[in-house]
Amino acid sequence: MITLKVNGETHSLDVEKEMPLLWALRGEIGLTGTKYGCGIAQCGACTVLIDGKPVRSCSLPVSGAQGHEITTIEGLSRDGTLNKVQEAWIAEDVPQCGYCQSGQIMSATALLNRTPNPDDSDIDAAMAGNICRCGTYVRIRRAIHRAARKV
Amino acid sequence: MTKAILPSRRQFVVSAATATGGLLIGLTVPGYAAEFAKQSWATDNADPREVNAWVVIEPDETVILRCPMAEMGQGTGSGLPMLLAEELECDWSKVKVEFASVNRNIRENTIYGDQMTAGSRGIRTTWPYVQQAGASARARLIQAAASKWNVPVAECNAHMGKITHNASGRSLSYGTLVLDASKIKLASEPAIKTPEQFKLVGTRQPRLDSATKSDGSAKFGIDTREKDQLFASIMSCPVFGGKLVSVDESPIKGARGIKQVVKLADAVAVVADNYWRANEALKKLKPVWDGGAAAHTNSAQFAEDYRDALDGPMVTARNDGDAKTAIAKSQHVITAEYETPLLAHATMEPCNATVHLQKDRLDIWMGSQSALENAKMAAEEAGLKPEQVYFHQMYLGGGFGRRTFGDELRQAVRVAKAGNIDVPLQLLWSREQDMHADRYRPQSAIRLKGALTPDGKLEAIYIQSACGSIQRSTGRPVPDGIDGTALEGIGPSVPYNKVPNWYTGQMLKNTHVPVAYWRAVGGSQNCFYLESFIDELAHAAGKDPLEFRRGLTDRVDSLAVLNKLEEISDWHKKLPVGRGRGISLVENHGAVGGQIAEVTIAADGSVKVDRVFAATDAYHVVNPNLVDAQIEGGVIFGMTAMLFGEVTIKNGAAVQSNFNDYRMVRITDAPDVVTALSLTGGKDKLGKPKWGGVGECSVAPIAAAIANAIFAASGKRVRSLPFKNIKLKELASL
Repeated sequence: MITLKVNGETHSLDVEKEMPLLWALRGEIGLTGTKYGCGIAQCGACTVLIDGKPVRSCSLPVSGAQGHEITTIEGLSRDGTLNKVQEAWIAEDVPQCGYCQSGQIMSATALLNRTPNPDDSDIDAAMAGNICRCGTYVRIRRAIHRAARKV
Repeated sequence: MTKAILPSRRQFVVSAATATGGLLIGLTVPGYAAEFAKQSWATDNADPREVNAWVVIEPDETVILRCPMAEMGQGTGSGLPMLLAEELECDWSKVKVEFASVNRNIRENTIYGDQMTAGSRGIRTTWPYVQQAGASARARLIQAAASKWNVPVAECNAHMGKITHNASGRSLSYGTLVLDASKIKLASEPAIKTPEQFKLVGTRQPRLDSATKSDGSAKFGIDTREKDQLFASIMSCPVFGGKLVSVDESPIKGARGIKQVVKLADAVAVVADNYWRANEALKKLKPVWDGGAAAHTNSAQFAEDYRDALDGPMVTARNDGDAKTAIAKSQHVITAEYETPLLAHATMEPCNATVHLQKDRLDIWMGSQSALENAKMAAEEAGLKPEQVYFHQMYLGGGFGRRTFGDELRQAVRVAKAGNIDVPLQLLWSREQDMHADRYRPQSAIRLKGALTPDGKLEAIYIQSACGSIQRSTGRPVPDGIDGTALEGIGPSVPYNKVPNWYTGQMLKNTHVPVAYWRAVGGSQNCFYLESFIDELAHAAGKDPLEFRRGLTDRVDSLAVLNKLEEISDWHKKLPVGRGRGISLVENHGAVGGQIAEVTIAADGSVKVDRVFAATDAYHVVNPNLVDAQIEGGVIFGMTAMLFGEVTIKNGAAVQSNFNDYRMVRITDAPDVVTALSLTGGKDKLGKPKWGGVGECSVAPIAAAIANAIFAASGKRVRSLPFKNIKLKELASL
């Protein structure tokens, strides 16, 4: 059995230890906010936080996630309240198709955790692993600055 | 790749409840504006509380509006409801949106139109019937109130979800009138508003789906989870049009969770209880394919064929004046050849469809740009009647033309049928399958000739184009050898009207590789060609490229865009050595778009796009906020094609397989984008308000704007894309 602590809840899963975390989240636990985009850690759509750090869940076996605090997009909002990054995302109307945005928001959240007042180059460096095919990068920068002002 | 991250300095404060100022969005608090309903699709049966098929009003005054089009990021899912609400005179903050039922559309004589969400048509072709639906509902609500009070309709008015009798001051809310209103028959339907009468439409409003797309709750096709659902991964014959000969199933015998291997004529699928298990098993199979003669083809060969075609016969697609003679007689002729490759759509959400095939019913969960046609196709595949199909429209994780055909749905139905699978089955393309089984942007080559007068005016342009035909590839007729999609940007749809002699010849050449609509369609390559060439002509004429373009047109829209570009950019300011500025102007899918790009060229010849200024005339628009978003995003989308985009064919199959070898523009490559609208309004040829399309007009200009900026900075002309293949230092200076 694999034991995962996701968004504060413990899940015991009867899965192969090499199953990527992404497919355990989406297929076994039913948290579909974390997306599949490439399967090879190239696009960032599957980004989750492991002990607060951004990780591509498509390339992390569940065995490697055991014993750590896993946070998905569903875990960012608590008691019905969104986090600052999500609020900023809405205020700037960042999403277009929206598919990559869970991953973008997780990466941005991790960035603000360690760099509360990032400049554009901090943002670019932290967000370089997240592809947005709709091209929302201009608004992503704007939203991160907006969120930073409120942290 | 995931980077090593320093430990966080302090615990991030998750709660937003203490935020001061600004917008506070609570998940449990009603939204500050209209929003999307929790389940994205409408029920398939008429709601007792609907005024008509478009409008439902709940007892608590929530107004549910049905959106006929798909939402793939373009914002139509927010725009069309604004048009409905405008006519309905309801309280915008109480509006919820759902996607119109495809099944009802089939049963009720296409009451929601063709539901084809492509070609930037979301607003510009649907506004008449969407507005009418709102106006007709409003008229019935007014009639219902007037009848109740026994007063003339003319004495009542509708405002913010209430009907008021002006003389007596009595009022009734829509929610109390809806049951009566739904029974009312009118002698004639009311007139719809003209743009001058709009109050909501034309104002900046938030997207309706930003919240659901920021908290992980938005459901895309891939997120479908039905009871007892199984998952399939599939591999199509890598050579397009090839067949499956055999597959040895022994490597995955007894593997955990595997239900079965399903063989189709041209593909093999593995069905399992978890997608990862299905895909891992599929990867272990070594199918034997028969690619036929096409298995010996490659891109270099195709490129040569397209170039050779430029010397062969052409079908005349446009012929104003006598360009041939003008060129023959001119003392100053410029000639250039350009080419572009195949491109993949690479939507962030790989293609997928979930189907539940039963004896007398087929349920489909997917995001489709063409839900109505896809549902009919699936009915045929399943051997059912169209009205037995229940299509649940989900959000689309990108479309760009890819999600019009339903290839993934066809396969899902075939797998379910061949495998006798009577539970819900989700067929998900791996990224590799998505890249290998795409229908690509056509490959093409072009030769352009231009004749300049001694005083530097363009007197003739002569274009020979060799291009893959989308119409032919998608099984539609190509009358007289002309495919309009391949002419976009070089034929009739150009922003110039003052070039006296213009010839465009077309030779359509298709290979076995399927080609299809790719955002901006013909304009994605043709505008690069023409606008780069116009720049070549401007320089040959010794003229400023913006002024030169001004001289080519007296169209109100084209001039408005050029004027706006001049106003918002620093066009006339000199840039330091190593930097350059380029302009381009296009007409594409219902709007005129112009862009100015500023680039910096590094010592090693690499190019950074610093800023892009984009001006757009889309005549009338619904929501400038979302128009801006489309323009910003279109620039990035077009940049990927310009800088990196290329699918190559080797042994008849696509070489690129994932984002490691099919590179995308990332935030590190992304310029600042400054947008501005220059809306000239006006009417179309039929005297109806002219509505623009904004999904594609910003994709088309960017490649030429960057190429022209590179020329301005380096004196070198980029005539072949993508730019990644070009070593600028080795390119000859002009």
